[in-house]
Amino acid sequence: MPAHDPSVILPLGLTLNFFTDTGFWSGVGVLAGIYALVALGLQLNVGYTGMTNFGAAGFMAVGAYAMAILVLKAGFSFWLSLPVAMLIAIGFGLLVGLPSLRLRADYFAIATIALAETVRIIAQNADSLTGGNQGLFCAEGGAGACYNDAWTNLSTTIEGWLQSLGWTNPESLAPLLIVVWLFVVGATLGLRFIQKSPWGRVLRAIREDEDAAEALGKHTFVYKLQSLAIAAAIGAFAGFFLALDLATVHPLDYEPLVTFFAYGVLVLGGLASYWGVLAGAVLFWTILEGTRFIGFGLDDTQIAALRFFIVGLALIVLMVFRPQGMFGKREEMVLGE
Amino acid sequence: MEAQSLTLGAEESAWRRLKEAADRRPAVTALIILGVAVIVMVAAKGLHLVAQTGLNGLSLGAIYALGAVGLTLVYGILRLVNFAHGDFLTFGAYMAYLVNVTSGMPLAVGILFAMATTALLGVAFELVLWRPMRARRAGLLQLLLTSIGLALVIRSAIQWFWSTDVRLLDVNTTATVSFLGLRIGRMQLIVIAIGFVVIIAIGLMLSQTLLGKRMRALADDLDLAETAGVNTRRVIVYTWVFAGSLAGLAGVLDASVTALSPNFGFDLLLPIFAAVILGGIGDAYGALAGGMLLGLVTEWSTLFVDAKWKIGVGFVALIVALIVRPQGIFGRARTI
Repeated sequence: MPAHDPSVILPLGLTLNFFTDTGFWSGVGVLAGIYALVALGLQLNVGYTGMTNFGAAGFMAVGAYAMAILVLKAGFSFWLSLPVAMLIAIGFGLLVGLPSLRLRADYFAIATIALAETVRIIAQNADSLTGGNQGLFCAEGGAGACYNDAWTNLSTTIEGWLQSLGWTNPESLAPLLIVVWLFVVGATLGLRFIQKSPWGRVLRAIREDEDAAEALGKHTFVYKLQSLAIAAAIGAFAGFFLALDLATVHPLDYEPLVTFFAYGVLVLGGLASYWGVLAGAVLFWTILEGTRFIGFGLDDTQIAALRFFIVGLALIVLMVFRPQGMFGKREEMVLGE
Repeated sequence: MEAQSLTLGAEESAWRRLKEAADRRPAVTALIILGVAVIVMVAAKGLHLVAQTGLNGLSLGAIYALGAVGLTLVYGILRLVNFAHGDFLTFGAYMAYLVNVTSGMPLAVGILFAMATTALLGVAFELVLWRPMRARRAGLLQLLLTSIGLALVIRSAIQWFWSTDVRLLDVNTTATVSFLGLRIGRMQLIVIAIGFVVIIAIGLMLSQTLLGKRMRALADDLDLAETAGVNTRRVIVYTWVFAGSLAGLAGVLDASVTALSPNFGFDLLLPIFAAVILGGIGDAYGALAGGMLLGLVTEWSTLFVDAKWKIGVGFVALIVALIVRPQGIFGRARTI
């Protein structure tokens, strides 16, 4: 029920309409859910294993492109493409980890961001496979099959359920919102569960002191590789959802900026806290999407600049004054050295 | 059977001897490999093409080298992987734009203004951000994310004032100079000339002046330098002046042969990181050499693969260097 009431205008040109705008909140919710997934993977890597993984956008890109290519070029069904694309993303995660996990944290950060950028450059230039700078999208007017046809059908079905539950005119994003957050909650519960297992305790031991963990007979390399593989699998799902949200798979949607935003979500929520990531994601995207409602007659590039500025400033302020974030535990915060 | 295993053993030990020799003299080995590669390229593509692309490589290499030397010293001294360094290049280029295009003054004035303002920017952030953070004993990830935040702040400020439109400096990009049958853009030749003069000046500064020696001493071992009586605070400020002004210069030089947009510095950051790692992190001479090498290899790659892939050369070099020789071409073997 969008309520565009022009009478509610605050002095600074701000409007409060967005509080009641369901379209706004479902947009925020979907983005928050997608970034929550990416940041959950980062939490496992950074917050619990002590690995400075900056290749999250690469995991998403591999997942999204693999899914779209499998459906559009290899004739896979959408549902079959998902697990296969996830396996491909895991394979990529292992490929990233095998050579670079032996590196020190700072080198690891540079290596992972370079590998993620390599994926994007391949996507940008291997035109016949990835559509190059056009990306992979669904042709206007519905000519030919599209990678998200199966999803569109399911989405319509879910909308039908919502209507039968009494929501007369559900937002078109509502089904995606529900499915994304089911995944987010599932992933959170799953990660918390394995974090409490002996396996999870080894990860924390690696984070605190890798040499000590190795001396205790734990093959730390294998554990770190597994941590990376799980993050890649979760990242692939974030990539699927982004591809469904945007209805296109485009190289510019997987820039390093995506990874930086996910780090913004991570440190806002707090290191070593899975639920914190969820809160961080919602707050992060509420603020960012809220900038759309700022008046002053700013043009689009200035609004975009303002959003980057807010994220950048938030990162700096958090790192200086509250590096553990909202829900992070100071004593669990291993931010290097 | 026995003879076969014997020859295998002999081959293996010859290979090992070669490898050990290569490890002892990494710079010589790199030069030999480069020389062989050039000979092979000349044989395959002819001298003219190799020389022509080599010229482009020198101009790109000079830009990489100037960007890399500041980044590597900041890393070596402050243990700061400065993701905002690329945006220093962008900042410098826009400062030159302000002077050269908005105010209509010559590019030379623009270059000096860009170097001064970018140096100032570096020092300002040292005083309000990095020094307090060091006092708080900030960890590696904390510094890394702060620099990413800073990168976003600089880039968004530029985007705010100049939008995302692609802009050009007021330079003649069409004039060319011909010699020995080769053609090169006049501006590109100026870039190479400025680049080489400045690189030699940096080399002399680092090796001959007290400040240069102190910078390298700090990059090598900050605590030891401090114990030896070096005023580390002051040297750190000078390091930012050095890194900032060279980043500003590299930014203007790149913008004068390509174009300005708020993203262009960040896009140069990863190749510059590659140059830093090729040269061995913290090693100023290594960064200069790594930058030149990467520029040449990037342009030579266009002889064999479509030019659209040449940006990938930096990434491949970065990844291969990290896997094969993370301490860099000239670095001493140590745990990375």
